[in-house]
Amino acid sequence: MIEPDILERTLRHALRNGGDFAEVFAEDRRSSSARFDDGRVEELVSGRSRGAGVRVVRGGTTGYAHTADLSEARLRDAAEAAAGAARDGGGGATAVALEARPTEPHEILVPPESVSKARKVELLRRADTAARERSDTISQVSAAYADGRRRILVANSDGLLAEDDQVRTRFMVQCVAVGDTGMQTGTEGPGRTMGFELFDEIDPEQIAAIAADRALTMLRARPAPSGKMPVVLKRGAGGVLFHEACGHGLESDLVGRDASVFAGRVGEQVASPLVTIVDDGTYSREWGTYAIDDEGAPARRNVLIEDGVLTDYLWDLTRARKEGRESSGNGRRETYRDLPMVRMTNTYLLAGADDPDDIVARTERGIYCAALGGGQVNTATGDFVFGVTEAYLIENGEITEPVRAAQLIGNGPETLRLVDAVGNDFDTWAGTCGKDGQGVPVSAGQPTLRVAELTVGGTADV
Amino acid sequence: MTELLELARRIAGQASGDEQIEAYVSRTRETDVKVHGGNVESLVVAGRSGVGVRVLVGGRQGFAWGGSLDDDVVEEAVVEARDNAAFATPDEFQAIASPDDCAGAVARLDLWRDDTTTTPIDAKVALALSAEAATLAADDRVRAVESAAYGDAAIESAIANSLGVQATTRRTTCSVMSFALAGDGVDTRTGYGFSAGRAFADLDIEVAARDAADRAVRLLGATQPRTRRLPVVFDPLVTRSLLAIIGAALGGEAVMKGRSMFVGRDGALVAAPGVTLVDDPTHPEAFGATPFDSEGVPTRRVELIVDGVLRGFLHNVATGRRSGRGTTGSAVRGGYATTPGAGARALALAPGTASPEAILGDAGEALYVQSVSGLHSGTNPVSGDFSVGVDGLMVRDGAFGEPVREVTIASTLPRMLQDVVQVGSDLTWLPGGAAGLTLLLGEMAVSGS
Repeated sequence: MIEPDILERTLRHALRNGGDFAEVFAEDRRSSSARFDDGRVEELVSGRSRGAGVRVVRGGTTGYAHTADLSEARLRDAAEAAAGAARDGGGGATAVALEARPTEPHEILVPPESVSKARKVELLRRADTAARERSDTISQVSAAYADGRRRILVANSDGLLAEDDQVRTRFMVQCVAVGDTGMQTGTEGPGRTMGFELFDEIDPEQIAAIAADRALTMLRARPAPSGKMPVVLKRGAGGVLFHEACGHGLESDLVGRDASVFAGRVGEQVASPLVTIVDDGTYSREWGTYAIDDEGAPARRNVLIEDGVLTDYLWDLTRARKEGRESSGNGRRETYRDLPMVRMTNTYLLAGADDPDDIVARTERGIYCAALGGGQVNTATGDFVFGVTEAYLIENGEITEPVRAAQLIGNGPETLRLVDAVGNDFDTWAGTCGKDGQGVPVSAGQPTLRVAELTVGGTADV
Repeated sequence: MTELLELARRIAGQASGDEQIEAYVSRTRETDVKVHGGNVESLVVAGRSGVGVRVLVGGRQGFAWGGSLDDDVVEEAVVEARDNAAFATPDEFQAIASPDDCAGAVARLDLWRDDTTTTPIDAKVALALSAEAATLAADDRVRAVESAAYGDAAIESAIANSLGVQATTRRTTCSVMSFALAGDGVDTRTGYGFSAGRAFADLDIEVAARDAADRAVRLLGATQPRTRRLPVVFDPLVTRSLLAIIGAALGGEAVMKGRSMFVGRDGALVAAPGVTLVDDPTHPEAFGATPFDSEGVPTRRVELIVDGVLRGFLHNVATGRRSGRGTTGSAVRGGYATTPGAGARALALAPGTASPEAILGDAGEALYVQSVSGLHSGTNPVSGDFSVGVDGLMVRDGAFGEPVREVTIASTLPRMLQDVVQVGSDLTWLPGGAAGLTLLLGEMAVSGS
């Protein structure tokens, strides 16, 4: 994207009046999507964006500027603006010669740009037909296909030069069902860090059927109960709970601001001994996977909680430098226009020993969550919520009637302690994690498990 | 500005034969300062621009965008939009704005303040630092400020299409915010405060600091209340968020495609008598004010609910044609990278006569909702299901009682509209597409211990 000698000169320029660290991050992004809605191919969208950001760190201050023009003159302007913005503080790094570090981008078998638009549209048509065939009460179907290719380059004053080529593909179906009880929706949207070979793994008809059946199930749902009760999370359906309940609280930028209930607790038992949580940016082709993060650090598998004991936080480059340690490969940004922050990748609670059916059978009364929406956490208090979009009552050890969508609310550290059964199955879920206005692709995953007590925010008396 | 319009016209001018082209071009300059512990944590000064091109041929629409105004990027967007159009299903209602659509009066709005762009960076940095200091000084129980920030943006946009419609808009926005951490040695609670305006001079750090501190401190010692049904009082910020969700369900696209709880309810009593909801982007105080919508159509005041009766929806050109009602000047886009949808910019409930204090007095035993969490995952504008997490305080005898946490409120959005008991007189325009005011609703399910 940018020649090494231009990068070297830009870094030197960024540090010519002092500074501890300088970095050039360049990005070239192409995206394409297609949407089928209301029985029609509604639109195809293509997008292109490229640019570079220059970061200068001086003392505790980071200055940042970016440009959509990758010429040497404009990079120099950005370097100057970033250096000007970071003028507080002392320090004095000088740029060193760049040494390219070989990185192995995740292999893409079928580049999405090699596939005709007609073929992509055909997948949508199949999904629409399949969803409507599930039932006459499916009144609306929206299906979307999206792919994105993101080439990034990172060069910094430590001499690092690294590149990655990230390709992601996603397929989403949303259905509306209409019945006597009103309208309900069901969605399903798998995504992976791979090309069009995603469709060797998933089948549009099957995704459409899941979304349609979810909407149809919710039509029969009665009001969700209200109050505290045991909650069983189906494999893959509850990873977001742990993303919210502890993942964000383990991000070192929040820990460093004393804005996390997990600050200063490394080595302590913070969760049930059944709980082991990893954040793994290397996990095969998952939605949050990459070869290098947006600061050039290789993705890693980081153990955060092991058998209930807090082992480490997640780190980006600036926070890690302050502590004199290595980045954990979790410095990410949405685009070249954004400063990197500590972010999760694929955050998983690892499988245990229990039989999933047995976990349900051992639950007298409670809620079984089969699908979820998003969530939110206040890391300073640990209080979190997450929305359940497909759930059932558990009565006398059996999954019975569906209940309407509701929010679950709890406190992170308390909930981690209350995990009292962990299944031997596992699945993941793809989503977008938002923090400070930046969205990045992540996945969450867990086996079927039980939390002894969570507050269910329904409307029905318990 | 003129060069943006010239570029848009040049792109639209490439339409050939029975092809129609619309170009949307925007340029934003922004400042973003984050401070922590008396130091500048980060400072971003940046500009960005981009273009979105919509091509229509025989009712088929294609779209492409580019994140710069460089010739090659613009050219690629036109080529791609044309190519994309070939794959769409023809739709007789799909259209770009015609001169007839744009015949209405144009609101005279002055949304640009020079001082937002001319104020030196140092003054902006100083403001963020003072907001942090003022938050710490506001109350002994504020033990830290998680983050304080200043941000501004100067946004210019131009639209031109091959039917001869053209429009330009420009506006400035700025804000200062503070996020306080209050602690009493045992408990930690957080509070958010901000001040926003069009001009740098509009900002009041004392308001941001005091709100952040008060809202954190008054939650200290919060406990989980027991599960029961209670009347609920919404803080103006919460009312604002609720209106934004209701506004989404009143959008023409959601309604025309059968994805809204308001489908088939036109003319019906959908809210308590006395509830009147209007979207008015021509209101000079609204943060979402604009003289033209995202298709170049003049904006107007649109009555959505009048005295409880559903009167209409928000339409762009395409949904307006499909519904037979015509556009209401309500095309919205999330930037140059999206096609125009139909939605609200400046929603407001007609204020009532009761002050917030009077509402607390009338509420009896109630739950005051200071802030909600999980709004996106917990509300569904199609089914109407509503369930969110709450931080707030109990209300007793007209005054705030003990704070509560780890509690949810749940109902359905249609029921909540019917359950409006009192609308406050304290209307305040807020960022986020709607005005806030204090709202008293009848009983909702409150889930706790």
